[in-house]
Amino acid sequence: MTRYILRRLWYMFITLFIIATVSFFLMKMLPGSPLNAEDKLSESQKQIVLEKYGLNDPVPVQYAKYMGGLVKGDLGISFAFDNTPVTDILVDRIGPSALLGFQALVVGTLLGILLGLTASIFRNGPLDYTSTTIAVLGTSIPSFVFAGLLQYVFAVKLGLLPVALWGEFKHTILPTIALAIHPMATAARFTRTEMVEVLHSNYITTARAKGVTESGIIWKHGLRNALIPLVTVIGPMAVSLMTGSMVIEQIFAIPGIGEQFVTSVMVNDYPTIMGTTLMFAFLFVAIILVIDLLYGLIDPRIRLAGGSK
Amino acid sequence: MDNKNQNNIPKELFKPLVRKEDTSEKISSPSRTFWQDARRTLFSNKMAMFSIFILVAIILLSIFAPMFNEYGNDDQDLSRAKLPPRVPVLENVSWLGFDGTLSGKYTGNNVEAATAKAIARYDNNEDFIDIKVVSEGDGSRNSAEVKATYHIYDAKGLEDTYFWIGTDTLGRDQWTRLWLGTRVSLIIAFVAAAIDLLIGVSYGGISGFYGGRVDNILQRIVEVLVGIPNLVIILLMMLVLQPGIVSIVIALTITGWTGMARIVRGEILKVKSQEFVLAARTLGTPNGTIIRKHLIPNISGIIIINTMFTIPGAIFFEAFLSFIGLGIVPPDASLGSLIDIGFDNMSLYPYMLVFPAILISVIMIAFNIVGDGLRDAFDPKMHK
Amino acid sequence: MSKLLEVKDLKVSFDTYNGEVQAVRGVSFDLDKGETLAIVGESGSGKSVTSMALMKLLAGQGFIKEGQVLLEGVDLVKKSEKEMQKIRGKDISMVFQDPMTSLNPTMKIGNQIMEGLIKHQNMNRENAKKRAIELLNQVGIPQPEVRMNQYPHQFSGGMRQRVVIAIALACNPKVLIADEPTTALDVTIQAQILELMKEIQKEVDSAIIFITHDLGVVANVADKVAVMYAGKIIEMGTVDDIFYNPKHPYTWGLLGSMPTPDSTDEELYAIPGTPPNMLKPPVGDAFAPRNEFALEIDTVMEPPMFKVSDTHYAATWLLHPDAPNIEPPETVKQRMQGFANTGRKDGDK
Repeated sequence: MTRYILRRLWYMFITLFIIATVSFFLMKMLPGSPLNAEDKLSESQKQIVLEKYGLNDPVPVQYAKYMGGLVKGDLGISFAFDNTPVTDILVDRIGPSALLGFQALVVGTLLGILLGLTASIFRNGPLDYTSTTIAVLGTSIPSFVFAGLLQYVFAVKLGLLPVALWGEFKHTILPTIALAIHPMATAARFTRTEMVEVLHSNYITTARAKGVTESGIIWKHGLRNALIPLVTVIGPMAVSLMTGSMVIEQIFAIPGIGEQFVTSVMVNDYPTIMGTTLMFAFLFVAIILVIDLLYGLIDPRIRLAGGSK
Repeated sequence: MDNKNQNNIPKELFKPLVRKEDTSEKISSPSRTFWQDARRTLFSNKMAMFSIFILVAIILLSIFAPMFNEYGNDDQDLSRAKLPPRVPVLENVSWLGFDGTLSGKYTGNNVEAATAKAIARYDNNEDFIDIKVVSEGDGSRNSAEVKATYHIYDAKGLEDTYFWIGTDTLGRDQWTRLWLGTRVSLIIAFVAAAIDLLIGVSYGGISGFYGGRVDNILQRIVEVLVGIPNLVIILLMMLVLQPGIVSIVIALTITGWTGMARIVRGEILKVKSQEFVLAARTLGTPNGTIIRKHLIPNISGIIIINTMFTIPGAIFFEAFLSFIGLGIVPPDASLGSLIDIGFDNMSLYPYMLVFPAILISVIMIAFNIVGDGLRDAFDPKMHK
Repeated sequence: MSKLLEVKDLKVSFDTYNGEVQAVRGVSFDLDKGETLAIVGESGSGKSVTSMALMKLLAGQGFIKEGQVLLEGVDLVKKSEKEMQKIRGKDISMVFQDPMTSLNPTMKIGNQIMEGLIKHQNMNRENAKKRAIELLNQVGIPQPEVRMNQYPHQFSGGMRQRVVIAIALACNPKVLIADEPTTALDVTIQAQILELMKEIQKEVDSAIIFITHDLGVVANVADKVAVMYAGKIIEMGTVDDIFYNPKHPYTWGLLGSMPTPDSTDEELYAIPGTPPNMLKPPVGDAFAPRNEFALEIDTVMEPPMFKVSDTHYAATWLLHPDAPNIEPPETVKQRMQGFANTGRKDGDK
């Protein structure tokens, strides 16, 4: 098991290394420097600025410096927000994104499981069709369209909730719902499919033959077996949350990582773009690893098989 | 067991049966091929058939609808900017919202103040504004309310002009831009799906069919690519490439094909190890025939399904990129860029957001339903 | 004297898209304490459906259309689902065909055994645990204390079937239904499981209903045999009746199609054709189209149960006084002779 984890960590390191290297050289290929915004500087002043960003060094040296900094958690200095280290910007902004992402994941998954469970218990009934319809709409309608709808109805027309901004809990409600809709739909579809399959399996008949009550069948024997595979879709869910957060934070003017990324793209702030990209990559790879390990922990069939699927 | 009845049975019935025809071995239901079964299941799925109909209609509209009126994609004219939707005939049914008027509720301390606000809002064109008093108010703050309706087409001297779903901030016809945008989105999606299909099937097919060392090397490459998050790759590619249709397609497909490759490889490995392929090999069937007769028919279902789900995914990503400013460049439009503009004008001109938002949702829903329908159609368990 | 279990004219149907499938069309039998009844027949004859109907565990669209299932005089058909949950596992329990899939993969073996004990016998966890260990011992699983905390995938097929038997026996049920309990197992393991079931029956004194298509198993374990075809019992009797003196042509076919070691030079007797479509059960005798001894009347009227002896009944017009005297085919006759010579206990070897 330890060997397995070490091997996975090694793979993770390699992947991140490749991403960092590729994105570094891609960024170097791009036009634009911190000078674009500061045109009126004299030649010597320009040199000072370039020196500060380390842009006078040859590219391989810059690369070595950048990678060295990465190990220490230093992502360089932003072009746009003068003198601010990218790491500080990201640390500042991770709070709102993490809070929203967490709320959306919890609310979405729980509601989704509930929807899927209801659908599977009342299979082919009106409740099933309702929840399947909700799931199809949730997977299909892009989150930004949904966000627009929520904003228009609840903020602009009814005035029940703030249109945008950040600070209090009420500010998180609409963006959380908009973000949660996709994980909810995914969880609902997945839970329904798994549950229907589990409820038709032989061991459920065995449990029934033991005299286990219907609620015992569903909660103790059914749901547990249906939910274990759900762990595998948390990865794709997290990715869709990251994608969603970029537009949702933009729409609701939330000072998070996604909003920062979009702003940085607008002003060609390459160090910040790259820092954000690397952070997304790191989060993604880390989540996948955690999920794989978690899966091994909660599924007894894999636990002993040495952790590999 | 009523013995009385038994005694009344005529004796001649107790003779050995002379059989006319042995029918016991006949199979009662007609035999159908897998594809016939799949087609039958799909055709009987009303939602899927309806979605296919909608999609065909949308594709046709994206080709022909821009020709329905005389406006072009980039006919800017600020004098007619931000006009609301107006459709002949339907304009007489006010609640539909196609009457070419802007309306809103305005409040003030008294009716005069509220009216003044409304008039100021609508270009001070008092002659073309209808004011309806909703509540008189009692002099306290914002207690009075009026409903103002601004006949903007008349105000601008465009009595005989109709913009079916309005104009944007630069006075361009939204109808034309909406369908041209749909065309762009669909082209990106179809091309991206086709490239994924081509690369994915060949890569996965070679990997799965030849196996051994070839498979080993190809799979190591895929593993590394799969480890890199799609989102990161797409964003990086969009930053580096010149924005536009081709760049979006490249960004979407550069690692997008790995999903298809893995599925195809897995399916081929599964089919390859099945007995009927072994049997064919044992009988000396050449490779080409095995691929044609056994592998392709058995994996085409899953390829079709996967492609059907790639398309809405690509539509979403195009819209997402355009929305965050990394996609289609103006003056070209796509569904995503139209929605982006719509968001900026949502509170005052909701129609700019409503139509592209509805259209993209309908397209996505329809593709997903067709995909689900195909999945059921190719699932032998669902055949009746 | 009332029997332990009496099934009277049980009819089970399934609602399908194409119409009602009549899987069981009037089955009656009874069973005493400590007795073993084997129900034999080919796939689709309704034997498994009958057993599921006894526990009211019919899947999906299945329902009991008519009839009674009297357990100590109480009709189970009339019981509600809630009441059945108190009877299942306690008074009637079941062993299933496929041990690989009939245990919950994410639940420890111990908990799966204890579940019934805690529910039906109000045991606390500690007592239930003791009893579960005892049960594992009884079904021959070594190191029961360790095994209690393991998951099904850590057990071999034969071991899993022992666990399934332990679960079924947990509350000393009055009736144990075993639905092809050995079909999915290796031959050597089959014999062990059969021995185990016989031993346990002696200890617990349960009545056992043994569903199987394997006549060798029948000869080994059963007291009484019911032969099912197309949703009906077509012949019923003691093991001796069925093996030495079968009356129904279908039973002849079954016996004739069973290979024995000394049957190397004789041909196996194969029944032609396949069972009828139960969506539209044929008029008259359902077996007639496959029966080389069919009479004209078989196409007109269904045969009633004719009494052969006090213990032996068969539903074939050949037993009618007006029917021509037809002898079993020569191969089957030799087979019957063989059984009589070697003694029935070796019939399966």
